Amino acid sequence: MSEELTRKARILDADRIGRMVDRMAHEIAERQKDLPGLALIGIRTRGVPLANRLAARLSNLVKQSFPVGTLDITLYRDDLSTVAPQPLLKKTEIDFDLNGRTVLLCDDVLYTGRTIRAALDGVIDLGRPRAIRLAVLIDRGHREFPIEANYVGKSVPTANREVIQVMFQETDGADEVWILERPA
Amino acid sequence: MTAASLRSKDLVGIEPLTPDEITLLLDTAESMRAIGERAIKKVPALRGRMVVNLFFEASTRTRFSFETAEKWLSADSLNFAAKGSSVEKGESLLDTARNLQAMSPDLIVIRHGSPGVPHFLARHLKAGVVNAGDGAHEHPTQALLDALTIRQKLGRVEGLNVTIAGDIAHSRVVRSNIWLLTKMGAKVTVCGPPTLLPVHIDRMGVRATTDFDAALDGADVVMMLRMQLERQGKSLFPSVREYFRHYGLDAKRLSRANPKAIVMHPGPMNRGVEIASDIADSDRSVILEQVSNGVAVRMAVLYLLLGGHPWEGES
Repeated sequence: MSEELTRKARILDADRIGRMVDRMAHEIAERQKDLPGLALIGIRTRGVPLANRLAARLSNLVKQSFPVGTLDITLYRDDLSTVAPQPLLKKTEIDFDLNGRTVLLCDDVLYTGRTIRAALDGVIDLGRPRAIRLAVLIDRGHREFPIEANYVGKSVPTANREVIQVMFQETDGADEVWILERPA
Repeated sequence: MTAASLRSKDLVGIEPLTPDEITLLLDTAESMRAIGERAIKKVPALRGRMVVNLFFEASTRTRFSFETAEKWLSADSLNFAAKGSSVEKGESLLDTARNLQAMSPDLIVIRHGSPGVPHFLARHLKAGVVNAGDGAHEHPTQALLDALTIRQKLGRVEGLNVTIAGDIAHSRVVRSNIWLLTKMGAKVTVCGPPTLLPVHIDRMGVRATTDFDAALDGADVVMMLRMQLERQGKSLFPSVREYFRHYGLDAKRLSRANPKAIVMHPGPMNRGVEIASDIADSDRSVILEQVSNGVAVRMAVLYLLLGGHPWEGES
């Protein structure tokens, strides 16, 4: 990113994020029909800590462990032809069979829906899950595809000029969510 | 983590690359490897891109490897073999290339018997150009797949003792490997009979010797080169048997190297000429891993040249 972003406001701190993840885990335990067959897949980079935390909380609630995988969607993006720089290609690590399972995709921010579109293709190439659900920490609106999340930490109305920055202890050394702003 | 990206639209050789670019190519190849282990060996990354494979020289391994890489990344590929083409009807190289350009390929993979042909095309064409071997000059994707194999087996390239033995004079593989290994901090020794060892090869930053036993002492990697009988034109050593006695790799010779040393060969091998059969088939040999890694490396090259401009961070 070449343009300068300015920090506008911190909208969530570690406490709030922790309680949000707790609540999402409760919702999943309550509403997800085939819990025993559930697997969580985090979309790189910051979907991964969310998937790990949801899996840990869920395990506590229902006394069962859940497989967790990591998905890199770089090769499935639809903007390779545009000038936009691509993220560094990393590994997809899913060492369990997806066939017949319910997959809970996890990501930090739901925005245009293009990342999720790519992730759906990526998952389907690895097997045939019974169902795919979506959990996101922040839904910031501005969808370009007909894609919605099943579990949402917080909906944050934003302007297009704004950017949501999710930070996790594991990836960024702190649990915080910020609204940043591009210069006008 | 490296944040570099490739600076050029072409990969004509290892010589112009920086260590950061080499690391980026190897890291990307590492991630590509997993695609070959899946049930569905295809990702849509290069959908709608056209790659022309322009092979003026015989090749099975390299051409199949590039074609596999193109298919796994969903690129469309066209194969051009010089035999039966307009080249035989007297068309010049530049005219052939211009005609191909008129069909708007995104990338041209070229192998040619004359050094510098890929560089010439890269200057004249809008499409990216990948060198798949130009005469005895460079074979960059071979050096990259060798480095990937070394990194996987031994964990690093820096600081390793790499011995490359055989027909040094006629080998493009050795030139690309010397550039790559010295850039990445390995210590390289080249070894061969005086008739196959270029006089000033040490100017490339390597140790040169005609004594194979001495060259093997403490080696972490032993890379054997094919005796390129078709390129030599005349007799440069007395007989195959005598060559094997002095420069062939067998179990006794290999015992001089580091006990964990790996044995590599770019293929095709001449068993009993440069390498004993039992060594080629032993657990020290990583020759078939090199072939599998070839596809991953070529996927990384295609992907990075055709639009994967990496950066670190989130959108």
